[in-house]
Order: sequence, then C-alpha cells, then structure tokens
Amino acid sequence: MPAISLTHYVVLSALLFSIGLFGVLTKRNAVAVLICIELMLNAVNINLVAFSKYITPADFVGQIFSIFVITVAAAEVGVGLAIIIAIYRNRLSVNLDDFDWLKW
Amino acid sequence: MLVEFAMQHAWLVPLLPACAFVVIVFLARPWQLLSAIVAVGSMATACFFATLAAIGIFTNHEYVEKPLVYATRWFSLGLPGMPDLRIDVGVQLDPVSAMMLFMVSFIATFIFLYSIGYMKGDPGYSVFFSYLSLFGASMLLLVLSSNLLQMFVAWELVGLCSYLLIGFYTHKISAREAAKKAFVTCRIADFGLLLGLLSLQIVFGTLNLTELAGKIEHFEEFTSFGMLTLIAVLVFIGPIGKSGQFPLHVWLPDAMEGPTPVSALIHAATMVVAGVYLVGRTMFLFHEVPSAMQLVAVTGGFTALFAATIAITQREIKRILAYSTVSQLGYMMLALGVGSLSASMFHLWTHAFFKALMFLGAGSVLTALHHKADVWEMGGLVKKMPITAWTFVIGGLAIAGIPPFAGFWSKDEILVSALNSGHYVLFAMAAFTAFLTAFYMWRMIFLAFFGAENPANHPQESPWTMTVPLLVLSVGACLAGLLGTPWHNVWGEWIRFGEAHEGPVNYGAMLLSIVLAGAGIFLAYTLYLKDAKKKRARKMAEWFGPVYRMLYNKYYIDELYLWFNHALVDGTAKLFYLFDIYVVDGIVNGIGAFARLSGDGLRVFQSGRLQNYVLVFFLGVLAVAVLMAFSGSTTAAGLVLGGVK
Repeated sequence: MPAISLTHYVVLSALLFSIGLFGVLTKRNAVAVLICIELMLNAVNINLVAFSKYITPADFVGQIFSIFVITVAAAEVGVGLAIIIAIYRNRLSVNLDDFDWLKW
Repeated sequence: MLVEFAMQHAWLVPLLPACAFVVIVFLARPWQLLSAIVAVGSMATACFFATLAAIGIFTNHEYVEKPLVYATRWFSLGLPGMPDLRIDVGVQLDPVSAMMLFMVSFIATFIFLYSIGYMKGDPGYSVFFSYLSLFGASMLLLVLSSNLLQMFVAWELVGLCSYLLIGFYTHKISAREAAKKAFVTCRIADFGLLLGLLSLQIVFGTLNLTELAGKIEHFEEFTSFGMLTLIAVLVFIGPIGKSGQFPLHVWLPDAMEGPTPVSALIHAATMVVAGVYLVGRTMFLFHEVPSAMQLVAVTGGFTALFAATIAITQREIKRILAYSTVSQLGYMMLALGVGSLSASMFHLWTHAFFKALMFLGAGSVLTALHHKADVWEMGGLVKKMPITAWTFVIGGLAIAGIPPFAGFWSKDEILVSALNSGHYVLFAMAAFTAFLTAFYMWRMIFLAFFGAENPANHPQESPWTMTVPLLVLSVGACLAGLLGTPWHNVWGEWIRFGEAHEGPVNYGAMLLSIVLAGAGIFLAYTLYLKDAKKKRARKMAEWFGPVYRMLYNKYYIDELYLWFNHALVDGTAKLFYLFDIYVVDGIVNGIGAFARLSGDGLRVFQSGRLQNYVLVFFLGVLAVAVLMAFSGSTTAAGLVLGGVK
C-alpha cells in the first residue's frame, strides 16, 4: 500500500469541491445548497491542512487558517439558515426557483 | 481760459449726455418734464463746451497739421503673435472732429428741444429722451475717438441707439421690422469693418489714428499693396452699411418708422454720416490705394443717382426725404472718392442743417395732419402752417442748390472736385442727380405746401418748441454754405487732407448747377403746381409705366433681398435643419438606443436565479485561471494547477 501523498489529499479535495459545486448548482432546496457549500468549504480546509503539512510542516499556518474557515462557515450557516427561514415565512417555500425577486 | 479748458477736457462733451442717460434711466424717469430738461440741458451744455473747443481749434492754424491728441491706456494684452497689444482711448481734436463735434451737439440740442413738443403725450416720453441722450453721447464719442477700436465701440453704440429708436413705437409691427432690418443690415457691414480693423491691428500693430497715418505712409515695410487694398475695401464695407450706400441702403428708408426727431437727428444729420466721417478719418489709408478710392467714388456716385431716381416716384413725405438722404450721402462718398475730404465734409456740414430742417418740417406736418404721410393728400399747407412751410422751402432751396443757400456751395464744390480729378462720367452722374434732386424735392414741396387745400385736413401750426428749432436750422441752411464759397474758401483752408488747393473759380460748373437746379424746380412747377389737376404728371407715369413701377418699387431690391434670403438663407437653414434632425439628433438618439438595446440584450443574463449566477461566477473563475496559466505567469499557473506544468 503506497504512502498517502499530497496528491491524494488534493484529489480528494478536488472531488469534494466538485461534488459541492455540483450540489450548489443543481439542488433546488436551499438547505441542501447550504450543505453543499459546507462541502466546498471543507474541501478547501483539506487543501489548506494538506499543503501546510507537506510544504511547511514547521508552521501551523494551514491549520489555523482552516479553523478560521470553520468559524466563518459556522457563522455563515447561522446567517444563511436565518435568511432561509425568513424567506420561508414569507413564501412558504425553500425552493430556490421561487427566489427570483432580484430580477429587474 | 475757458477755451483752453474746453479743449483739454473735450471728453466732457460726450460724458455729459452719457450722464444724462444714466440720470434719466435711474432717477428722472417717472417725471417726464424733468427727463426732458435733463436731456436738453446736458446736450446744451455739451454744445457749449463743443463750441468753445471748436473756437480753440479754429483759431490756431497749427491744429490742421498737428491734431491735439491726448489719450489714456484702455487695456494692454500680451497675445501670441501680438506681444504687446496696447489699446488707448482718447480724444483727437482737429478741425474735422471739432467741426463734427460742434455740428452734432448743435443740431442735437435743437432736435432735443423739438422732441419736447413732438413727443408730447407719448407713454415712453422719458425713455425716448434717455435713448436720445445715449445716442448723443455715443455719436460725440465716435467723433472724438483717437483710436479706431474706440471709434468702433461708439459706432456700434450709435447702431444700437438707432435700433432702439427706430423700433421706438413697439406697438407697430412695421417699426419693429424696420428696426430689425436696420440692425441686421448694419451688422453685415460692421462685420467687414471689424475684419478691416483687425487686419490693420495685425499688420500695423496699432489702431491709433495718428500712429496709423504715420505707418501707412511707408506701408511697404509692413505689407504688400494687395493686402492694403483688401484692408481698405474691408474698412469701406462698414461705411457702406452705416451711410446707406448701395447695396446696403435698404435699411435707411425703412428707418423712417421711428419718431421724426430720430429721423432728423440719426438718419439724416449725424449717425448716417458716421460712415463718411470714418472714411474721412482713414483717408490716409484710402489715399494710398487708388483702386479703393475709385470704389468709394463709384459707389457714392451710383448711390446718389440711384436713390434720386427712386425718390421721384415715392409718395410718403419722410420716405422721399430718406431717399434724398441716401442720395446726398452718395454725394459725400463721391467727394471722398475723388480725393476731396474738404468738399465731402462741407457737404456733410451743410446737409446736416438743411436735411435736419426738412425732417423736422416733415415732423411738424405729420403732427398737424395726424400722421397722414402721403404728399398727394396734402396741399396748400402754407396757409395754415406758414413757419413750417417757409422754413421747408428754405430747406428745399438749399438742397436743390440755389445760391446763396447752403447746399449750392457744397454741391458745387463736389462737382468741381469730380471734374478736376478727371472723373467725367461721375461728374455727369452727379450733375444729373442734382437736377433730379431739385425735381423731387420741389415736387414734394409743391404737392404738400402749395396748390389747393385738401378739405379733409385741418392743419394747425406747431408749438414754439417745434418752430424755434425750425427757424434756427433754417438760418443754418441759409448761411452754413457761405464758409466755403469758391472765392474765399475758408472751409478748404481748415478742413482738408493734404495741401489746400486754390483753383480758379469754375464759373461753368457753377452755372451748370444753377441751370440744372432751376430746370428741376421749373419742371416740378409745371407738372405739379401749374397743372392743378396733375393730368400731365399722371399721363407721364402711364407712359413710363414699367419704369415708373420699377422706380416706385425701389428697383425691387427689397424683393430681391427677400428672395435671396428665402432661397439662400432659408435654404441653407433647411439644410442645417436636416443635418440637425438626422445627424446630430441621430448621434444622440443612437447613443440612447445603443444603451437601450444593449440593456435589452444583457437583461437575459439577470435571471434572478442564484444558481445561474454561481455557475457563471465559477466559469469566470475558471476562465481567469486558464488565462493566467497560459499567459506565462508561473506563480499563477502553479497556484491554479497545483504545480502541473
């Protein structure tokens, strides 16, 4: 069994990111889209930690950065869910296709 | 003492009426009589100073060659091409300007006085006097100018006053139209003059009359002969307009829509001779260019004859006088063109008296007849209005050229100088014009003042404010010419360009002009007075039907100009209109339409669907990454593609 190299992490991260992106682009449910965004953020976190580990193992830059990302993501989810609930109260729907008021 | 003061402070003369203008406009306007007194008083004082200054000039022969000039800097600029452009404003007193100064202020004083009676009951009484004062100030400034730019400013000011006063009866459409016509016609001419003055400034670097005179004498150092000719012709265009010379004479007869004192002051005695005066002032320029002199002479001679032929068929009293003015101005130009400043200024001087007299007489008649202007409907006025009638007769004798009245001497002077300079054709034209002048003037006099009375009219003699100026001016019309008799030509000694020349008295020319004047008056007598029913006159008009109609319609020049205006100006305007509509508006509308259309196109992309935006955003990031990868930036490529090269 070959050792797990940087490439493996990067490929995993790319796959996760792509799945997340696909979800963001195709899901109709706003909550699902939020979950997919979480996926993308975590793909980034994997990247950050992996690069940090393999390229500059001495400093914990990547790890610290990923903690920041997690914090921001938590906040973002909080706000995002709050918005979705507000919209839901208004429209009785969480379907993104119904949220087209930003149109001219 | 006082004379010296007046000469050193000649600028007071234009300043006084200017102050009167300000006072009337800002203070005295609600009180009519006060306004009139301020205007007349300031003009009379100006006249007093002008007389003193004239006395000072005409007692010292030095001033003929060396004019009294004092000036102050108006402004100076450093322009590219004209490193030190300095314009002075000042006073130039020499016999010519002193004569004009006296003449203008003297005649203006009496016309102001006359206006008190003439304008009685007019709602714009005070305004009228304020305009008159402004005109007086501008005209006197023009006369005194030591600098051509200063003169040009005054020239435009008198044009403005003329415009305001022609259109004084603003309720009359014809007056408004006439004012516009005068303004536009003069504007066309002033454009030429302005070009001429600019060229003078550029070529010679000064507009000072005395400096210019010195420099133009040696013009080869500055410019070519062709350029000088061009400048002279351009400068002459201004006088063509202002002095009503053919082909820009059309405004002057229409200017008679203004009140009669205005016609007398501005459109007979003073403003219209500004053109003649300007040519006289710049004689040093014209003197160097024989072809320009020829142009002046021919224009003058032609205008004299041309206007006289129109005058013989006109019916309105002021219109006849207007064409007569055009004709007499032609005489003055002719005299300048044949090189006699002296004769020209002499005719200007005498003409001012008798023509102002006749206009004021016409005004007196018009007031008495409630502005019925057709001479054919008058008749026998001499019985009810003796002062007006007899002073008018004196004016008629003077303009016809019967000795010893003023017009005879000056006209004779012009004829002789035309003959002496070898312009035989122009001499013949001028002599024939003299005959026509006597004829049309006396046709008017016989029709209006003599013969059977028209029972429809109830004329009354005018009040003293109107008759006194008539009497004073008629004295002028009698005596003003005696200054320049061929036996003892005082005038020619003082007012001249170059050497005074004492030629032998030309009795032949004198006799000819008397005979022609007598013949004209006699012809008018037989046609219009002896033949009480005017049968022969009517028959003659029928005989010469087409000619008569052509003259009566003033050679259709107005119609020609209208047509020209319609065809060319309106045509060009239409062209520009189309250009405006299609090209200019097209560009503006095109920009609008472009914005709208591109908005329409781009609107599709704003679907309002978040996921579309995300997709586009992602594709954009991808595109940027690919672009950076292939643009050779290794760091970017490394970042984006994870080290894959």
